[in-house]
Amino acid sequence: MRGVFSRGSAKGLAVLAAGVLVLSACSGSGGKEAEEDTGGEGPRLEIAMVTHSAPGDTFWDIVQKGAQAAADKDNVEFLYSADPDGGKQAQLVQAAIDKKVDGIIVTLAKPDAMKDVLARAAAANIPVVSINSGQEESAGLGALAHFGQDESIAGEAAGTELGEIGAKKALCVIHEQGNVGLEARCDGARKTFDGDLENLFVQGSNMPDVKSSITAKLQSDKGIDGILTLGAPFAATAVDSVKEVGSEARIGTFDLNKDLIALLKAGDIEFAVDQQPYLQGYEAVEALWLLKRNGNVLGGGRPVLTGPAIVTKDNAAELEEFANRGTR
Amino acid sequence: MTDAVAEPPVAGRGSDERLARQSPLRRLLGRPELGALLGAVALFVFFSVVADAFLRAGSFSTVLYASSTFGIMAVGVSLLMIGGEFDLSAGVMVTSSALIAALTAYQFTLNVWAGVAISLVLTLALGMVNGLLYVWTRLPSFIITLAMFFMLAGLNLGVTKALTGNVASDSVRDMDGFDAARAVFASDLDVLGLRVKITVLWWLLFVVVATWILLRTRTGNWIFAVGGSAASARAVGVPVARVKIGLFMGVAFCAWFSGMHLVFAFATIQSGEGVGNEFLYIICAVIGGCLLTGGYGSAIGAAIGAFIFGMTNKGIVYAEWNPDWFRFFLGAMLLIATVVNLIVRRRVERTP
Repeated sequence: MRGVFSRGSAKGLAVLAAGVLVLSACSGSGGKEAEEDTGGEGPRLEIAMVTHSAPGDTFWDIVQKGAQAAADKDNVEFLYSADPDGGKQAQLVQAAIDKKVDGIIVTLAKPDAMKDVLARAAAANIPVVSINSGQEESAGLGALAHFGQDESIAGEAAGTELGEIGAKKALCVIHEQGNVGLEARCDGARKTFDGDLENLFVQGSNMPDVKSSITAKLQSDKGIDGILTLGAPFAATAVDSVKEVGSEARIGTFDLNKDLIALLKAGDIEFAVDQQPYLQGYEAVEALWLLKRNGNVLGGGRPVLTGPAIVTKDNAAELEEFANRGTR
Repeated sequence: MTDAVAEPPVAGRGSDERLARQSPLRRLLGRPELGALLGAVALFVFFSVVADAFLRAGSFSTVLYASSTFGIMAVGVSLLMIGGEFDLSAGVMVTSSALIAALTAYQFTLNVWAGVAISLVLTLALGMVNGLLYVWTRLPSFIITLAMFFMLAGLNLGVTKALTGNVASDSVRDMDGFDAARAVFASDLDVLGLRVKITVLWWLLFVVVATWILLRTRTGNWIFAVGGSAASARAVGVPVARVKIGLFMGVAFCAWFSGMHLVFAFATIQSGEGVGNEFLYIICAVIGGCLLTGGYGSAIGAAIGAFIFGMTNKGIVYAEWNPDWFRFFLGAMLLIATVVNLIVRRRVERTP
């Protein structure tokens, strides 16, 4: 029994007592520790992003990565959901409202479908910002800010580039029929392109079909000397088609990915119009955080443009590292 | 025996219609693919007239390539439909199969042939799961494969993103064995001065094998029998469960082959691809004379159906019609081809 109260044990008890004293002296709230703990000042925020993306889309993957990066820095819980169908997208926004999140980020590809649910978000005092599509409708539907690339402006930039690479008769490859944004890009390009720009519809979910359709078009019209694709994976396929037909057509595209950087460096693709999807996600989360934490409004009530940024052979190497990481 | 099952009943003059003699011409007219063949000829003539570029040799090889990518899947799908079942997971399974090969080869830094082999095993296993689920639950294959469709679509994205951090597989273009595999699955061949994709030859081979199975083997008889009436087939001793599982695995095999073509033609695979293609395969089979109710059809018919589909699909591009109307033209052409098919078959059945 003596062993229990040996010198060693007594010393241990003393340490324990001291520890208890120190612990009980800690404040449960406030103080330096609380400030450091939360990182983003104040309690953790919850921000939901609801987009019209189809599953597995590279572009939206990068948007999410940007939003997640901002969320990690700002101590924000980032929730993502998406549905290409307007009605179902509205239901997902309603779900976010029901969850009483601190802020909502939406895309307005189908503005009418979102009108009622955004009014309900306003009634629930949840701030909303919009990204990507719906620049015109954004303010009218009560969004505080919009982050995106104006599709027409981006299209115009692409049209100018097409002219610069010397194309006279070009194709605009639409990989999703009836998508307003894609049509707007082609229309924008048509505005600034001096030559003739013709639309070609391909089934984007079926790569062999994309390839054979572009091949068929090049075979039927040997005069085509330029191709503008509206998504990075389709540009790589267009390169194959051009090689197969032995056509002289030069290729430009919208959006970036890592394979595209290699093709840009090799000169197979002349230019890429990047709308910097990473920024759309990042800035939207940051905007809501600034609003909640400091009452700021980014953009001063006007749309904030995230693009177009033109990538060519000259600057492709600088972006390689980021594209390989899947954030450009 | 095979012909008796394969052909629609024709009224005979004798006491037993099955023993009635038929002239070779009548037998030809009774084939399920005849209507589709006439539809194909009509479309070919039509596009030759309206599209200048359509008749060029290079264009024809593009049409054949487009047809082969649908046609290879239509072989498996038509056999399954003759056997009385659907597979709605077929379109996404192609992407799954391609992803399995690309991801395993890249992630474990294997020779791409190892990825090809692993993909074959796993894709066949997927087909087997479809079949086993069908046999065990006795639910309609429509439901089973619809569930499989959603699960595979989710797995394609989820697994790809978990492994690569992106939504597409990493490029396998510079890996060991890529060139050899490309030669097998996605190369160009020179046939009599015409550049032909190797998929076209594989497609023809698959059609020949499937036709041989259907018309010259006992398995073929079993396929028609289980599609006509599973209960009667079981009563006369046909191993219905085994035949159906085998048919689902046949579709899986075609999906594997198509998937390998994707991997070696494009090197990276987008995980969201393939959705919606399952219906195109079914459409090819139906244009080619397969009945939606099973028990009737042919692999050659499905091949002609795929040819009609490929021809329409690319013919519209060669004809340079307004792309906004593309799908309308596509639908209208398919409707016309199918109606021609129907009229021909009805007329054949009616004439004594």
